[in-house]
Amino acid sequence: MSKPIAGGSNGAAGLEVALPHPRAVGPQIRGRILENERLLAFALLSPTVLLLGMFIAYPFVMGVWLSLSSTSVGNIGEFVGAKNFVKAWNDSIFRTAFQNTFVYTFWATIFKLSLGMWLALLLNRSFRGKRIVRASMLLPFIVPTVLSTFAWRWMFDPTFSVLNWLLYKSGFIVTKLPFLSDGTYGLWCAITVNTWRGMPFFAITLLAGLQTINPDLHEAASLDGANGWQRFWNVTWPLLKPVTLVVVVFSVIQTFSDFQLIYVLTGGGPANATHLLATYAYQIGVATGLLGEGAAISLFMLPVLFVVVWLQLRYLRRLEGA
Amino acid sequence: MSAEHLHRRDFLKVSGGIAGILAAGRAPAFAQGTKLHVVRWVDFIPEADVELKRQAPEASKALGAEVVLEFINANDLQPRVTAAIQSGSGADVFFMMYNWPQLYQNALVDVSDVAEAVAKEQGGFYGVYKPSFQVGGKWMAMPHSIVGNAVAYRKSWLKEVGASEYPKTWDEARKVFTALKKKGRPYGQTLGHTFGDAPTFSYPMLWNFGGAETDQTGKKVVINSSGAVESVKFMQAFWKDCCDEGGLAWDDTNNNRAFHAGEISATLNGASIYIVAKRQKEKIKDERGEPMYLDIDHAGLLPAGSAGQFPLYFSNGHGIMKYSKNQKLAKDFLRWVHSKQNFEKWFQVCEGYSVAATTEWEKHAMWGKVDKPLQVFRTAARNTRIFGYAGPATAKATEVFSKYVIVDMYAKAVQGMKAEDAVKWAEGELKKIYEAA
Repeated sequence: MSKPIAGGSNGAAGLEVALPHPRAVGPQIRGRILENERLLAFALLSPTVLLLGMFIAYPFVMGVWLSLSSTSVGNIGEFVGAKNFVKAWNDSIFRTAFQNTFVYTFWATIFKLSLGMWLALLLNRSFRGKRIVRASMLLPFIVPTVLSTFAWRWMFDPTFSVLNWLLYKSGFIVTKLPFLSDGTYGLWCAITVNTWRGMPFFAITLLAGLQTINPDLHEAASLDGANGWQRFWNVTWPLLKPVTLVVVVFSVIQTFSDFQLIYVLTGGGPANATHLLATYAYQIGVATGLLGEGAAISLFMLPVLFVVVWLQLRYLRRLEGA
Repeated sequence: MSAEHLHRRDFLKVSGGIAGILAAGRAPAFAQGTKLHVVRWVDFIPEADVELKRQAPEASKALGAEVVLEFINANDLQPRVTAAIQSGSGADVFFMMYNWPQLYQNALVDVSDVAEAVAKEQGGFYGVYKPSFQVGGKWMAMPHSIVGNAVAYRKSWLKEVGASEYPKTWDEARKVFTALKKKGRPYGQTLGHTFGDAPTFSYPMLWNFGGAETDQTGKKVVINSSGAVESVKFMQAFWKDCCDEGGLAWDDTNNNRAFHAGEISATLNGASIYIVAKRQKEKIKDERGEPMYLDIDHAGLLPAGSAGQFPLYFSNGHGIMKYSKNQKLAKDFLRWVHSKQNFEKWFQVCEGYSVAATTEWEKHAMWGKVDKPLQVFRTAARNTRIFGYAGPATAKATEVFSKYVIVDMYAKAVQGMKAEDAVKWAEGELKKIYEAA
């Protein structure tokens, strides 16, 4: 413990400091440690690194290991190299799921983008009850996917479909449409539900982007004689492009790895016709218990998503450089 | 006991106990607050689950531990079991169906002591259990009950098209249901990925025409046969002429709802359609306003094909998980459930939808009281086959079931694939499973 001594400057009391004293070594080292920026950075980052390691790196490495092993439920399995990947590639159901994943992602994204853009442009206008409409538009996005998909499943029910009933009563059809009992219909039903659920995310993000565009630019374009389409194409779209790209990339990632919607709506059926990679991986890995094969199927998503993320990062870096 | 007065003997007692717990890696059984977590399917007879819930506190009291029952959709059972085994944690006891113990054998506890005692006391298990629940002569799950899937049909509707009883052969059935479909009363059948009505229809459809997955060794796939092709061709015609084509997207509940709504004339199902219609007779009525259950009867077997009639029923049971810290308690729970007085209460509530796993219950007085349409379930469990026929019901056979290969063979064919190609597709899938090294 330091003690007060007489003889400080201007007669003030001073403290006994900075003298070689064995008791002072501890606090000195502590002080040096605390002032060390590297250690501080390490200390601040380590919780995040630990969390990322536990919840992202470990499951990923585990997934890769499983995909290279013959692990099945209750059996540890052994290293089998790329056997699971080869088996998946030669599996006709896997190929259907692989193709479905692309079709589903492509069309759902196109619809979400075009309808979301249209909705954003409408909501960017001033009208009575604008705030209520904007808030209610988010409902499909807020309701848990499983619940809303159940509601859609009832609407597409093979026997009691309200849509079939409406179409029949209105005279548009004479026999029931096989919404979920035909593979092609089933996939388009899933695309419809995905569009319904995901469109508000596009609309609200694009609306935020639209509101950052200076109205003077539109006014100037109007004075120059530009019509609505020309104003959109030459003023709105170029300024909205960065936001659009980010939202599309996020949507592609989510849609490509979608699980809940298909699992609840069709379960991958009929006869595996609507499986996506995620649902088929679950069917093989978790329901059937072939964990190695399931992991290999899900890892087929990795290269595609890697390319999408790489493109996004590249574009964002270019924007930062501009 | 204070530290000052700790005698050497007391010290040894305490430290030995702690060492024992540490060595075993588990707390002593029946510790205060011990819970036994049991996961079962949601029964198609809701009152059966109500009865089990009613019994749970009694079991808790008898066993000195809290028995917690959880009921989940049967289609979610396998994913739940897989997740539990892989994480080494979860329920102590899981509901097991068909021959699942073969698939999960490495994760299940040998329950031979319980099974053999119950079998000895109650007339022995039905034949289907030995190949499906036993591994290497050991019972890896405890047989509990069998659901006899039979065809529920509307008597008056069949009579209207000239059938005074349920058709005996598939050819007769096709004539009857073609006429009924023309009247807007089709046959209802799922070919979806659902655990019950889809496989219990598809496998017998294959067997009844002489088809089989493998030969008797279980190592050679023999599905690409004239019998299998004949059955698929028949199914294509039957589907088009007789069935509600929405069945491709049905699960195990759709046909119950469609039947009660008067949308279909017949469907393969357990007794639940009849029992629910009777218990809700004020609500479920036919087109004349009469209680529908009065117009329902059952055919115990699907019609015969060119090779005969061979049923597949749900043979159910309970498996104790190896990771469970309450294995002894779980065995005691199974003994408690299967004691005659406890099982009897549940058995009677089921009214034949689920029958016992042991034969003695065929003689139970309940059968003298249940309605005539339910009598068919009394002996239904005697001759059921199991997956993998003509070979053993191994884990590979369970894999074929879990992947719905046989169901999909028919589903693909009724959607337009040529019968020969559908069988060939199934052959390829089966070879990957049965003939893989």
